[in-house]
Amino acid sequence: MAIIKIFGIVAGSFFIFGLIGIMSGWFDRKLTARIQWRVGPPWWQNFADFIKLTGKETVIPEGANQFLFLAAPVAGIVATVVTGAILISGSFFYPLKWDLIIIIYLLMIPSISIVIAGASSGNVLASVGAGRELKLFLSYELPFILALLVPVVKFGTTEVAEIVKLQHIYRINLGYLSGFIAFFVGIIAFMGKIGYVPFDVSEAETELAAGTIVEYSGLSLALFKLMKWILLSVGISFFVIYFMGGFSNPVVGILKYILVLILIVLIKNTNPRLRIDQILKFSWGWLTMFGLFAIVLAALGC
Amino acid sequence: MKKVIVPIGPYHPLFEEPEYFALYCDGERVVDVEWIAGYNHRGIEKISESKHWDQITFLVERICGICSTSHPIAYCNAVEDLAKVEIPERAKYIRCIIGELERIHSHLLWVGLAGHFLGYNTVFMWAWKYREPILDIMEMITGNRNHYAMMKIGGVRRDIDDAYIPIIRKILEDLKPKLNMLTNAVLDDPVLAARLKGVGVLTDKDIKEFGALGPVARASGLDIDVRRDSPHAAYDLVEWKVITQNEGDVFARAVVRLLECFESMKIIEQCLDNLKGKKGEISIDVRNIPPGEGIGHYEAPRGECFHYVRSDGTGSPLRHKIRAPSFNNIPTFKASCIGETISDVTIILAGVDPCYCCTERAIVAYDVNTQKKILDGSDFIRLSQEKTRKIEKEIGVAPSRWEEKNWERDN
Repeated sequence: MAIIKIFGIVAGSFFIFGLIGIMSGWFDRKLTARIQWRVGPPWWQNFADFIKLTGKETVIPEGANQFLFLAAPVAGIVATVVTGAILISGSFFYPLKWDLIIIIYLLMIPSISIVIAGASSGNVLASVGAGRELKLFLSYELPFILALLVPVVKFGTTEVAEIVKLQHIYRINLGYLSGFIAFFVGIIAFMGKIGYVPFDVSEAETELAAGTIVEYSGLSLALFKLMKWILLSVGISFFVIYFMGGFSNPVVGILKYILVLILIVLIKNTNPRLRIDQILKFSWGWLTMFGLFAIVLAALGC
Repeated sequence: MKKVIVPIGPYHPLFEEPEYFALYCDGERVVDVEWIAGYNHRGIEKISESKHWDQITFLVERICGICSTSHPIAYCNAVEDLAKVEIPERAKYIRCIIGELERIHSHLLWVGLAGHFLGYNTVFMWAWKYREPILDIMEMITGNRNHYAMMKIGGVRRDIDDAYIPIIRKILEDLKPKLNMLTNAVLDDPVLAARLKGVGVLTDKDIKEFGALGPVARASGLDIDVRRDSPHAAYDLVEWKVITQNEGDVFARAVVRLLECFESMKIIEQCLDNLKGKKGEISIDVRNIPPGEGIGHYEAPRGECFHYVRSDGTGSPLRHKIRAPSFNNIPTFKASCIGETISDVTIILAGVDPCYCCTERAIVAYDVNTQKKILDGSDFIRLSQEKTRKIEKEIGVAPSRWEEKNWERDN
């Protein structure tokens, strides 16, 4: 029975986070359009894009490693969906003692899948993009983990459900100075994870013509898009749960989710793309420093 | 050292036009750059030799969609130099107004595109929105948003009515605070500064060696501007100054372009003052073009646009030579791109505001040793057709009947 239940949770996670992710992707596009004085797409645009892409031919380039080329987006999707399933099951069904560690690991896989996608395409632009993605991955992962460590230091547990409970007893993480700093460090590092401007170096349209995913088409491209959307919704939900007290009140929870989404879209639309060496300097310099500072503050109880 | 060629082009999101840059890269660093043109050669100089003097004004307008009044002005200057005629004062002011409006819209277009190339699409959209009223003015006074068809030999084709002047003034007044805001937003953005400052530096010496022109030269501290150095139209009748910067990087080029917009507005306003409430001829009749040579130049938004015409006294030129500014600006990539990363090279390539349709040249292959011509333009077309034929045969596609007929006729 447990297996059926777990399967149900994973399938539920796929549909819930898939739908929320596609709608978040639309919200991002619409808000971006409004900021840029455009009209923007209707609400069903991303569904239409996805369905149309699935109907297109998937072209595998001659020089590509076929298995890795096709497996990369699937691996990415599986990782993000499982992350979502752990968030759901941790909150409602099976609380895991070490689920934060698992989530940190699982959230690395999409980046790695993008690296594999670029490297297996057999295209110069894609391999340059893969190299950049790898450097990007190295640069944002350190501050991201530091930011997630802050609540662990404060509450002394790596169980996400426990942290949510403690946030309700004391104060939400965002209410502490350390949590506040860690939240922003985490959000900026997360923008690197989903590859939004200013961290879209691996896809950099005007430099590498979509970079890592330049050779993808049809269903494989649709899966990559879906992976990005699910990653967006899972990531933001995780931030809401981890730093803002979760979804215990659904209406307030959705408002929190939209707030974080708006923050990300605003950062995305008010910055140009950074160069990869600048990102590395920024992440290992300012972001890491702020992350360490937040940990010290958390240890002091601020 | 293993080198990888990263292709920028022939079709690439960075350029609106077909153009090929081979970046020889060692990792992210570009060690050499090669430029190949000729994807869209139209043979305008040759066509021009078969057209009447008056028709060529509209032909050269089609060279480029963005600096579409720079070429006619330069061409008219050349023919007027050849025919030794002085255009009426009112026509001079109108030429200035059209030229400067075009400069504002071209510079705003560049600012937007530069933002887009950096992934900063908000700047892209905002700059293009602010550019829109300028195009509205153009439509109002010339009838077209682009390709204004305002110039003719001996003056201009349309007068600017007194009724339009307050409207133009109002649109420009409304644009000023927006342009100010955009300028400040671009100049004060720390992230943009991090991306643009110290990138693609061209020294004074580089500029002179490559003969770069326009905002690119002025951003490196070279105080050159054809409008001031060789006055034509009404540029010596109004007050304005040449903007220069000393850094020579992409940021300085952006600053030069943005500040030039304000100078252009100043020029337009003074010209409007001189037009208002006055009557006068807007063109003189130029019936016969005598034999001889004429040179005309005009400071296009991208630099000096140069036209040379030679006449033998007949209805069309014997030779018409066009040299657009991008032809001088593009080779500076050899000095500014090498040693930079791919990310920077893309913005350096865009930083000179290259216009490839102005610059297109036909390709001719020479033997390196004997300097003998091996292939010319028609040979390349033949080779391309033969290859198409071969591919069609390979994949078993029957050539269409129309193509078949052409093929038989050509061979």
